[in-house]
Amino acid sequence: MTRLADTCAPPRRMRARWPGGDTAFRVAVTAASAFVIVVLVATAVFLLRQAWPALRHYGVLSFLGSDRWAPSEATASSAHPNPYGIAQFVYGSAVTSLIAMALAVPVAVAVSLYLTEIAPSWLRKPLSGLIDLLAAIPSVVYGFWGIFALIPAIRPAGTRLSQTLGSTPVLGPVLAGPFFGVSYAAAGIVLAIMVLPIITAICREVFATVPTTDKESALALGATRWEILRMAVLPRSRSGIAGAAVLGLGRALGETIAVTMVIGNSVLSITTSVLGPGATMPSVIANEFTESTEPFHLQSLMVVAAWLLLITLSVNVVGRLVVRRSGEESA
Amino acid sequence: MAPPTSPTGPSTDPSTCPAAAARIEVVDLTASYHGRPAVAGVNLKIEPRQVTALIGPSGSGKSTLLRCMNSMHLTVPGAGVTGSVLLDDVDIYTAKISPVEIRQRVGMVFQRPTPFPTMSIRDNVLAGLHLGRRLGRGSHDDLVEQALVRAGLWHEVKDRLKAPGGRLSGGQQQRLCIARALAVEPEILLMDEPCSALDPSATLTVEDLIKEIKQTYTVVIVTHNLQQAARVADTTAFLTVPAAGEPGRLVEVGPTERIFSTPRQQATEDYITGKAG
Repeated sequence: MTRLADTCAPPRRMRARWPGGDTAFRVAVTAASAFVIVVLVATAVFLLRQAWPALRHYGVLSFLGSDRWAPSEATASSAHPNPYGIAQFVYGSAVTSLIAMALAVPVAVAVSLYLTEIAPSWLRKPLSGLIDLLAAIPSVVYGFWGIFALIPAIRPAGTRLSQTLGSTPVLGPVLAGPFFGVSYAAAGIVLAIMVLPIITAICREVFATVPTTDKESALALGATRWEILRMAVLPRSRSGIAGAAVLGLGRALGETIAVTMVIGNSVLSITTSVLGPGATMPSVIANEFTESTEPFHLQSLMVVAAWLLLITLSVNVVGRLVVRRSGEESA
Repeated sequence: MAPPTSPTGPSTDPSTCPAAAARIEVVDLTASYHGRPAVAGVNLKIEPRQVTALIGPSGSGKSTLLRCMNSMHLTVPGAGVTGSVLLDDVDIYTAKISPVEIRQRVGMVFQRPTPFPTMSIRDNVLAGLHLGRRLGRGSHDDLVEQALVRAGLWHEVKDRLKAPGGRLSGGQQQRLCIARALAVEPEILLMDEPCSALDPSATLTVEDLIKEIKQTYTVVIVTHNLQQAARVADTTAFLTVPAAGEPGRLVEVGPTERIFSTPRQQATEDYITGKAG
């Protein structure tokens, strides 16, 4: 210590610090954050302005009150009945997304548990990468796969299902035929595969954060591998799994082109059967905006887009509230 | 192992519990991580219904040795064991006993209290009993009360059994973990520095509890706290690292009083008098 002081090196020259660095950094990051909010608000304003003529002509709520979308019946003057009913699209989006969630969440949880807890360590990285790659497949490719591989594959099962259970009292309306292949069910399966990588990636992170001490506590009580998962890993991860599902749901609600290719684009009423053709909010927009020539047609598609934005925003807000509440419970 | 016998009623006196304590004999045990031995050549007999303390400086392999006694060591990736650990004369590493069964017979309490955060106090106590579906659904009030009484926690929590285990104080959480371990009716209880995360008064409470439960169980405790070893242990084993980079070795084992008053090895004397470690 004393020797260091004695040698008394010449003072090191230091470059003077630019005094405005802090301010510039703060302005830059603030501007970037503000930009994100501006984009969100501008999108909403744009949609509402474009949709406004149709909303004013038919009334704001009349769109949701009808499930018949018949642009050819629209005239410039008549406002009743509203030919642009969108309830069937809301129904289609809900049904396809719910099918996707019901299929994808359990599989994603299982895959993530395997990757974090069960798989041998040499397999974990490559397998995770492979699942992440699923997210890199363009959705139009998923659509093609859906039409030419998935639908032929599920046609026999779907046909049999509609023939056997399609006329039973309770399940009948949900599984009624005829089954042509293009359907809510096909769209739901394609969506499930598309959201699987997102949900898996988040669940993987969530499971990896469970403390070793929790797992060892279960182990020390005589838990088997499965019981460790049930006792220590899954309960701690409930909020994380919910969050992952919500993000997957957001993706599923907004997915457009793959769904448009396999759902059948039936717009004239609600098809209750999951084996029947339908349409979702994004699919009808993608399908019709290039040829929207009837009065208020394009404006009504904007109405669909505005409702879609509202619904996806609310799903995310609700999801976050759920996540926050369950997070507090486990804390 | 036979399923735990259903007690006829909650007992308030731990000494009336079924005598279950088992003996452990460690024979020429070497435990390693990724081929590097952490503790080597250990021979140690642990007598039933006694508290045996493992003391020694950090890195001397006390915790590793403890974790070999319920086969917990091997759950760490890269861990290996040679030699044997005899549980009532049966080698847990060669005999065809599943590690799961061993851990039901040899309970463990950790350094930090680890109640399951999403479970209530009641569910924490019953957690081990629900494993393997040994216990049907139901409230099992008698079992919960018995375990909590034995862990000295009953009077503090009896009115809030449905509250989350994480709401308790640190000392209470640790006693809840002890209750959880005892509810499984183990024969041996391993404690890995059970008081190091607790304040002095909670530490004394847990130490009193250890003296209680040794009447029924075999207790092995790892501790950094020499006074704690002197207070609770009947037998004390001293481990140390002979030289940097070498595995930990068992230096001396004997009655606690003798180890602290007239140690036979210089290394032991240096450690307990504060000259080394």
